[in-house]
Amino acid sequence: MTAVAPYRSPAAPGKAGFARALRAEWTKFRTVRGWVIAAIVAVLVTAGIGLLATGGGQSTCQSASVSSSGPGTANGGNCLLAFRLGPDGEPVSDSFYFVRQPLAGDGSITVRMTSLAGLLPSANPGNGSGPSASVPGVQPWAKAGLIIKENLTEGSAYAAIMVAAGHGVRLQWNYTGDTAGLPGPVGPANPRWLRLTRSGDVITGYDSADGSHWSQVGAVTLAGFPARAQVGLFASSPDSQQISQHFGGGASVNGDGPTQDTAVFDHLATSRGWTAGPWTGRYVGSPETPGVAGYRQSGGQFTVTGLGDIAPVPAGHGGGADPAGTVSDYLVGTFAGLIALVVVAALFVTTEYRRGLIRLTLAATPARGRVLAAKSLLVAAVGFITGLLGAGIAVLAGDAITRARGNYAFPISGVAEARVIVGTAVLAAVASVLALAIGTIVRRSAATVAIAVMVIVLPYFLAVSAALPLSAGDWLLRVTPAAGFALQQPYPAYEQVTMLYAPLSGYFPLPAWGGLAVLAGWTAAALALATYLLRRRDA
Amino acid sequence: MRSALHAEWTKLRTLPGTWWLLLTAAVLTVAVSAAAAAAFHCLPGSCGPSRTGADPAKISLTGVDLGQVIVALLAVGAIGGEYGTGMIRVTLAAMPRRLTAFAAKALVTAAAALAASLVAVGGSALAGRLILPVRGLSAANGYLPLSLGDAADLRAGFGSVLYLTLVALLAFGVTAAVRDSAAGIGVVLGLLLLFPIVSAVIPDRPLARHLEQVAPMTAGLYIQVTSGVQALPLTPWQGLGVTAAWAAGALVLGGAVLRLRDA
Repeated sequence: MTAVAPYRSPAAPGKAGFARALRAEWTKFRTVRGWVIAAIVAVLVTAGIGLLATGGGQSTCQSASVSSSGPGTANGGNCLLAFRLGPDGEPVSDSFYFVRQPLAGDGSITVRMTSLAGLLPSANPGNGSGPSASVPGVQPWAKAGLIIKENLTEGSAYAAIMVAAGHGVRLQWNYTGDTAGLPGPVGPANPRWLRLTRSGDVITGYDSADGSHWSQVGAVTLAGFPARAQVGLFASSPDSQQISQHFGGGASVNGDGPTQDTAVFDHLATSRGWTAGPWTGRYVGSPETPGVAGYRQSGGQFTVTGLGDIAPVPAGHGGGADPAGTVSDYLVGTFAGLIALVVVAALFVTTEYRRGLIRLTLAATPARGRVLAAKSLLVAAVGFITGLLGAGIAVLAGDAITRARGNYAFPISGVAEARVIVGTAVLAAVASVLALAIGTIVRRSAATVAIAVMVIVLPYFLAVSAALPLSAGDWLLRVTPAAGFALQQPYPAYEQVTMLYAPLSGYFPLPAWGGLAVLAGWTAAALALATYLLRRRDA
Repeated sequence: MRSALHAEWTKLRTLPGTWWLLLTAAVLTVAVSAAAAAAFHCLPGSCGPSRTGADPAKISLTGVDLGQVIVALLAVGAIGGEYGTGMIRVTLAAMPRRLTAFAAKALVTAAAALAASLVAVGGSALAGRLILPVRGLSAANGYLPLSLGDAADLRAGFGSVLYLTLVALLAFGVTAAVRDSAAGIGVVLGLLLLFPIVSAVIPDRPLARHLEQVAPMTAGLYIQVTSGVQALPLTPWQGLGVTAAWAAGALVLGGAVLRLRDA
């Protein structure tokens, strides 16, 4: 008996197996004319629909707010829409009553606040005298406290420690910064002691419930803060907002009218280098209702009444009539590009089954996981490039067209624009892989496209078009793969500004990385199942 | 024609996928509608009096938004599958009158879609009738439960059935024109979603209103509105007419492609 040696191929085992599989998949992709055309179509619709939406037709500017030109103003040409810009270039609202004096160098200021009351607009304006605050009540973000500010120009740098009526003690700085201190409301029985200390560029805020036990709320650095700054008491109270639900289920927010607040302070004292002279009051910015704001001093007690807000202005603040173009508007075509990409990714695997090519593919690369990995990498690359081109063209051309037409584009930094463009590319890449994985599981092209569109695009559509109640739309954008659209969020949402942060204005319930995690999680799960099934099932 | 219908019915009914799709369309529509009704809650001031405030019929029929995808998929598969497998050549060899074969296939598909839609819409309305009164749209707030006796509710319900059937015909025509299942469903879904998303962001309100008037999905779903009908850009039946026009256009295009091109 002689043992027969089993046959071994004399050919050397393939090295670079993955590179070879990848090259094979690339050849398959680029030689099918329809797929290349579909990828180009994806770029065109991503860029084109957004441009159609923002560039098409005449923008209606009748609701544009007052124009006032001056330093720190972004002016929007014909639309005459103006925002004050803050120190970091973001649009801000800077309007409040200020009891102040200039103080130079380092020092510290302390005050006790015993009351914060206010007025809200009445439900029925009635007698035609225009909107005015008349019903007792206080806006949750009515604020009063201590502030140190670069100068009296709107939009200048500042740091402030305050009590917000519904949000406790806050340390806020340069419009976007916000840190919470002691919670709970303020009143005669539970006063709040506030302190601001300046040391060079560093401003530190402290709070205390009794004036002897102090805790630090936070310390902020205001780079380049001038030696001589305006220091004092302030009060502000933003317009009340009412969120109303449409008959279809969606919601909108209506500016309900101006509000005002009145704060009572005592034990005002300066120390550590600051020696206070007499206090004078003035309004910073222009009050929405004239003749309301002011202050009264009797003995050591200051009663300050203010309105307005010291806060960032989010995109879409003007509601549906907001004429300012945003990056989200330019990118509205993304959904159509995703549908085209989903079709390509689905066909990339399902046609192999229809034509029987899969048997040849698996004969050439018996490591089935490797085939799927190569295919995934390829559609991810195609999706990424498609998304990058589509979003890049949409954003750059959208900006250019908006400016050329003299319409106002909501300010955004170049970094944020780049982040949104790359975010769209990542969204397109991961969504394509998800479609590929679904295709590997389902093996039928039309069903794959329908499922992929239903889980990726349809939830986004339902949430954006306000076809669902607000909470349901939010929930869809948290748990479905459509959460990945959060990668396109261009502007941060601010807790300290009451607004309807709706997906249509570019605000998603999850942060960008959270949305990516949800989408990537679904994709990983689908890929795992696809790999398992590809290995277990006959091709 | 009768034998053509019989042949197409046999093809459709003997595919297990057909029955799964019909079942999915009905179950998914009812489930989403019930979820939307259960998620509904009255914000202060939003549950105004009947016919101007919240719209119980529209909320109850939310699932149609999702159900239409499955119904479209059914229609896409009915014709796209023939091209995918090469069956179309057998079909046309057996029935050389191409338009007869096309019409028979469209009729059978529409009938299947209609049947599934009846179940889907009926279940959705029933779910809304049971759930919505608990969620604040009760008789105490001036809302009557959904009823077949109410002309507007009846219009919303049967209109939705017709809408789903028209979407099936639209998908059928488009797929016949592009001759590929995946491309067909992609084009149909893009067409349905394109108009409402664009009209939502367009700054030009009059143009946005015109877009809504010609959109196959937005205009067609006006048929579900029973509250604030006067504020719509079109009357509900005109809106459904827009969807019908899109479906007719797609069928003409699909029929022409089938008639003129080699299969």
